Order: sequence, then structure tokens, then C-alpha cells
Amino acid sequence: MNAPHDLSSVGAVKAQSAHFDQPLKLKGGATLPSYDIAYETYGTLNEAKSNAVLVCHALNASHHVAGYYEEDKANLGWWDNLVGPGKALDTNRFFVVGTNYIGSCFGSTGPASVNPATGKPWGADFPVVTVEDWVEAQARLAERLGIERFAAVIGGSLGAMQALQWTLSYPERIRHSIVIAAAPRLTPQNIAFNEVARQAIMTDPDFHGGHYYEKGVVPTRGLRIARMIGHITYISGEAMAEKFGRVLRRGQPGFDFDIDFEVESYLRYQGDKFSTYFDANTYLRITKALDYFDPAAEFGGSLSAALARAKAAFLVVSFKSDWRFTPARSREMVKALLDNRRIVSYLEIDAPGGHDAFLLEDPRYHNGLRAYFGNIAL
Amino acid sequence: MRAELDIIARWVPEKARVLDLGCGDGRLLRHLWQERQAPGYGVEIDDGAVLDCVTNDVNVLQVDLESGLSLFADRSFDCVILSETLQTIHRTELLMREMLRVGREVIVSFPNFGHWSARLQVALGRMPVSEALPYTWYETPNVHHCTIVDFEDLCRRLKVRIRERLALHEGRPVTLLPNLLGSLAMYRCTAD
Repeated sequence: MNAPHDLSSVGAVKAQSAHFDQPLKLKGGATLPSYDIAYETYGTLNEAKSNAVLVCHALNASHHVAGYYEEDKANLGWWDNLVGPGKALDTNRFFVVGTNYIGSCFGSTGPASVNPATGKPWGADFPVVTVEDWVEAQARLAERLGIERFAAVIGGSLGAMQALQWTLSYPERIRHSIVIAAAPRLTPQNIAFNEVARQAIMTDPDFHGGHYYEKGVVPTRGLRIARMIGHITYISGEAMAEKFGRVLRRGQPGFDFDIDFEVESYLRYQGDKFSTYFDANTYLRITKALDYFDPAAEFGGSLSAALARAKAAFLVVSFKSDWRFTPARSREMVKALLDNRRIVSYLEIDAPGGHDAFLLEDPRYHNGLRAYFGNIAL
Repeated sequence: MRAELDIIARWVPEKARVLDLGCGDGRLLRHLWQERQAPGYGVEIDDGAVLDCVTNDVNVLQVDLESGLSLFADRSFDCVILSETLQTIHRTELLMREMLRVGREVIVSFPNFGHWSARLQVALGRMPVSEALPYTWYETPNVHHCTIVDFEDLCRRLKVRIRERLALHEGRPVTLLPNLLGSLAMYRCTAD
């Protein structure tokens, strides 16, 4: 845990919220009449407004990217190892903005928010949102903050899909796109994992078709299983073997259905923890946002054609042990960028952490990001 | 290295699109950008060298040359450069074909194993160690040494047309008995 005197921490931060009355037309056809976006900022926007970096989060994170809250010092930002004074994404140099996507359960308007039309929580009526919708909302927040053009947009996994989408939705408003541990679209196998997670939630008797808030219950069992499935895919088999082996919790097989192996204990713990803080309706929607993301779809499946309108310089990073979004998926994006003669560098990091490696502190990875950010002109 | 950089810069036309395979820290690409305004990409596998490239603001792609150049479309570069890397490649023929597919022109340089000092050391019963071949046999990254004559045999086999050849020793061109007196060989080739 970073203590308050840690000079490489952005220190105590405060979450902020921006309200928008301008309706947001969503890709799925629905319209959000009004909405809030939760965000945090670190560092200072320079006079030329040329030093803003947007950090987009993945599945279960939030706008709390770095630092801690005065009232909850243990609550460190999810990318605190990357963002701070003197860190790879240096807040002495950059003005860093973390935003929470719409549909979340951490501050931005989502299924648990009150539907102005009914005065009750949206619940199942909250529309399905997409990566494109999130970028649209982020662009409006940028305007509100006086940022005409981001020096960079960065994210890992689902966050990286937003960083990529930015170059397509607003090619003039982003100079660098940093796309980490991503894929240009999900494989059927990826979608299959998401569908099992959704089924776990939707078949939980406490789900009530998504209107569980008013019943005063939470589909905990479904959320637990969804998280367990997710976790299996976030870490590599190798890392799992190293972390848990076949260690027996009770020293010997129990020949029953209590916890035998260490890995079972770990998954149950992760599932329990997750189900206490995450919202099931949000989980359903973000897995859909992942499934639907496919910029090549409207170009007959050609990613090269889809990326033709991107103007940004790109840094693409993948991890060899990531089997959720393998390096081959990142190379698809690199190839499409090369076909378009875009400026691109590609790092393929031989880190053992699996998909979650993008959250970890590997020196090859962080030094690469540090060097890249160091060359971004302000 | 300096002399080689200058020669490659002479061979690369202004504003040519270049691909530097085994680009190390990216100094050649930087040089070509500064001297010829030639934009390019480097391919490099070594983590430290890749980081140097990013630091030097050179486009670098961390992929393995041994698996070919599938990232690159046919004829997508004016020049593909393989500078002092040929001898480290396992699948030499595949890479040569791939380079000719991807680039209009190919520039290859390698340490000439036919240089008299290498011949002499082998004649005396030892694997050569020299400025051009600085590794002992048990720690060398080199797997496929060749001489100027050998390389030209391969070019004939692959129907590669040699447009220009230069042998160097200690940075100076060697015209007399290049396969004996040149320690570094440089070629500019095309596919037909």
C-alpha cells in the first residue's frame, strides 16, 4: 500500500462527476435522456491543452486510476503502478483523466441509477451500451474539461478497445493510441466465455429478470460464477500452476465437495469478493459491449479498411502468456495499421501473467510505456 | 558501422519507405530519416534493443523474423534492409524470399567468412574470432556463416539480381580480391 508520503503517488484524490442533459443516442437505438459521468484527474492541464491523456478502464475497474481516497487510504487506483509523479505515465508532465463508462456501477449512470421516467432504478430497462457509445460520452466529457485533442488515449483489454475506437470515432482528437492486451474483435471462444458468465447471472433465482433492486436481493451466486469463469481466463495456465500447483488445503483429498485444491479456494474467494461490490446488470452489459465490438464489421470484415480513417500514432502491446487475447490478435491490428501506413510500434512482452499482465509491473512493459510517453511532444 | 550506414543511406532513395530487419537500437532507421527523410519500421526481437528503439523514437515491431514477414503486404516497401543479421537467421532461404516479396529492393550485409583472417584461423585449426566476427564459437548468435561466393550462389538459386556489391574492410571499400580482403559484404538486390 502506498503511504501518503510516497512521492511517486498522486496522493489523495477526489472523484468528480459531470452531469449531461444532452441526450445520448446509443448504437443499439435507445437514447439516454441525461446521464452522469464519474471521473478523476491527476496532474495539470497545460496552457496549450496539449498534455491530456485519457485512461480507459476494462471490465471491472473504474475512474479511480491512481492515488487513494482520504477516507479510504487502502483503496488504491487500479493503475497506480503506472500513473503518478515520475512514473511511466508521469503526472508531472501529463494531465491524466480517468473516466467511468456509462452502464457502470461505480458512479457513472448505470442500471442501478434512477430512471428519470419512472423514478425507480433502471434495472433491466437500462439499455445495452457499446464501446462506441462510451467514446461518444468521453468525447463530451473532454469538451467539458476543455480538451480539444488528447495527447494519448490508453487502455488495456476492453479499455484498449476504447483507445482504438477513439482513433475511428474522432481521428482528429487523438494523437496517440496505446492499445494493450486487446483484440480487434472477440473470437467465438471469447464470446462463449461471456455467454456462460451471463447465463450464470440470468439463471440465478435472485436475478428477477434484472429487476432485483426493488426485491432487495442480489444475484450473488450468478455473479460469483461469472467472476470465477472470468478469472480462469485472465491468468495463464502456467501462472496458475506456479501460484497454486496441486496443493491440497487439508493436506489430503477429502473425498467430498469441500475445498480440496488451493485453486478452488482462490476462485471462491475471488467470486465472493466480486459479488459484494459488482452489479450483475452492469456485468451483463459490459460483456455485451465486448462481444459487439468489431470495427471491421461494417467494412466487410476488413480491419485494414476499418482503420483507414485512423490518423493517430499507435503503440500496440501484447503479452505472450495472454490466451484470452493472444498476441496474434494484436498482430492483426498491427498488420491493419501497416497496411494503412500508420505510425505504429508493437511490443510483445514475454511476461507470465496472462491477460492480467497489463495490470502488473513488468519492467520491459513499463519501461516501454515510459519511453513512449517520453517521446510524446507537448 | 559508420561506413556501412553511409553506404546504405546512399543506396536508399529520398523518402523511400524502408523496413529494417534486425534493426537493433534503431540507429540505421534514425540515420535514414535524418539523411534521406525515409520513414520506416524496424523489426527486432531483443527486449533491450526494442526499448532502445522506442526511446529513439523509431517505429519498432517486436516479432520473430524466423516466422517470416506475414505482417507486411507484397511490395509494401521500397527497401528492405538486413544489416549484419543474415548470419543469425535459421531459415535463410525463407527470409530472403519474404524480403523480395515485401520490398522492391533488398539490401543485405554480412560478415564475410571468406576474409583471409577467418581462413587463416580455420587453417590453423580454430574458429575465427575477429572484429567482424567477435564471438567465440560457443556463445555466438551466428548460425549460418557464408562467404561472398556462397552468398552469390544463393542469389543465383533464388533468381536474385545483384544490382550493386561492395566489400569493405575497416570501413574502406575493397576492390581487389574482395572475398579474401573484404571483411564485410554489402549487396543491393532486386527480384528479377
